[in-house]
Amino acid sequence: MATTTSIISSNIARPDFAAIANLVKTGSKVLDLGCGDGSLLRYLRDTKDIHGYGVEINDENVQACFKNGINVIQNDLESGLSSFGSGSFDYVILSQTLQAMRHTEDLIKEMMRVSKEGIVSFPNFGYWKNRLQILSGYMPVSEFLPYQWFDTPNIHLCTLGDFERFCLQHGANILERRIMNGNHQVSFAPNLFGALAFYRFEQQK
Amino acid sequence: MQDLASVGIVTSQKVKFDNPLHLKSGAILDSYELVYETYGELNEDKSNAVLVCHALSSNHHVAGYYADDTKNIGWWDNMIGPGKAIDTGKFFVVAVNNLGGCHGSTGPTSINTETGKPYGADFPMVTVQDWTVTQVELADYLGIKQFAAIAGGSLGGMQALQWTLDFPDRVRHALVIAAAAKLTAQNIAFNDVARQAIITDPDFYGGDYHSHNTVPMRGLRLARMLGHITYLSDHSMAEKFGRELRNGPLGFGFDVEFEIESYLRYQGDKFADQFDANTYLLMTKALDYFDPAHDFNGNLREAFSAAKSDFLVLSFTTDWRFSPERSHAIVKALLDNELNVSYAEITSSYGHDSFLMGDRYYHELVKAYMNNIIV
Repeated sequence: MATTTSIISSNIARPDFAAIANLVKTGSKVLDLGCGDGSLLRYLRDTKDIHGYGVEINDENVQACFKNGINVIQNDLESGLSSFGSGSFDYVILSQTLQAMRHTEDLIKEMMRVSKEGIVSFPNFGYWKNRLQILSGYMPVSEFLPYQWFDTPNIHLCTLGDFERFCLQHGANILERRIMNGNHQVSFAPNLFGALAFYRFEQQK
Repeated sequence: MQDLASVGIVTSQKVKFDNPLHLKSGAILDSYELVYETYGELNEDKSNAVLVCHALSSNHHVAGYYADDTKNIGWWDNMIGPGKAIDTGKFFVVAVNNLGGCHGSTGPTSINTETGKPYGADFPMVTVQDWTVTQVELADYLGIKQFAAIAGGSLGGMQALQWTLDFPDRVRHALVIAAAAKLTAQNIAFNDVARQAIITDPDFYGGDYHSHNTVPMRGLRLARMLGHITYLSDHSMAEKFGRELRNGPLGFGFDVEFEIESYLRYQGDKFADQFDANTYLLMTKALDYFDPAHDFNGNLREAFSAAKSDFLVLSFTTDWRFSPERSHAIVKALLDNELNVSYAEITSSYGHDSFLMGDRYYHELVKAYMNNIIV
């Protein structure tokens, strides 16, 4: 099937999927919040043999999930995760969705309730290219922030520093951090040179 | 989606089962007949069968039309056919009139061999569980060991659910559309008003109206009018009828004035002409009794621990008879059991009846889901 091939090849081209897959144990149970067309779950299923569910609000995306053969629950993340039992997942993933959530604090709390561990990825607002655009007097527009200021869904952008402080204040214990720029992991001055951030965390015990 | 092909001319078939059927109520039927239709071809390893279960007042005529009655199109014809969401080019679709019905399967209008008269009110109460047992008999008769999918809307969705609990190895996928895991008090209340309309009709004669050569038309008509209101949404009624008058100005009387009155009376009359009152009573009771969690102290999660199938659960935003919250409860129980489930809430203005409509998103979802079923 032509569509299947194109989805798989686009997965290979997505280093952020690989970064998340690296954080996930084989055979685990995964919940993907704001799962889009389901291609991350599909990728994790194919590469990590996970048992996964996605949550998605958009009709077109839900339909794409159906086509991808992914379990998807059409629901608004903003109204909570009440369909999901406490501790019922190994991982709950929020992939490049954090910055578009209105009730960020509630959602992170809910993530820690339903899952043993949480994985969050987001575009680092502190990335030097973003800083440069602001210095030049304009809101950043880039591969990971593709919107103009007037049409962006991103209402809660943050830097690595912001997120780590947030975790500290909200009882989230960071277990692993991967900062990426394209295919490369960034270790030197990540808040400046990292474009995408991946965090694995758990509820502080 | 309307331009897609129909399954064309169909014929109903009938099969008689002579092994005694022990009903949930304790009653026993020594034998019974089921009338059914099939569309498409059963493949060699019999892995492509789909059972379609019907709702309260519908029947086994789900798709296509009859050679001698071309206007009588199946009630889910927009969903089932070649190239449609449930593709008869891929699947062998089976649809059966439920036991207790009035469209050919053994029911209150059938002749009771012991008395030589129609069963009437003597026909035993049937439950959703009883129906699945009879549907299994039909599957055995057709040589189907396992259905690729069982699909139904409303009461039909409840049957699909029941299958996954009672015969988990015989159904791979359940499509549970505009359904609920049990009725609410409000649902039961509506059903009882409908039943009271029938039972208190002077022509009902305790259900023995056939002996009096009459039928409780007024009761059936009221029952249907009430039911119909609950199947529509406030919005769709307002949009379709508003406060339009048939012939202005106001008549200051009780004749039909508003279009909605005319519509409901027409629907009521049409229904009362073709549906059996005792069957209506039985079907509403089957709805009221449906509650798979009952034997598990009301715990739906435990009730579903027996299930193995994959599930598609769909609800409609304006359905207030079986609201999206009712589907959420089903989804939660399935998730708690780590079963494969997809759920979508379809934006539709048509209320409970939405499941019969040809909404594009709705049909695309069913199509995508069915496409992924391996046969």
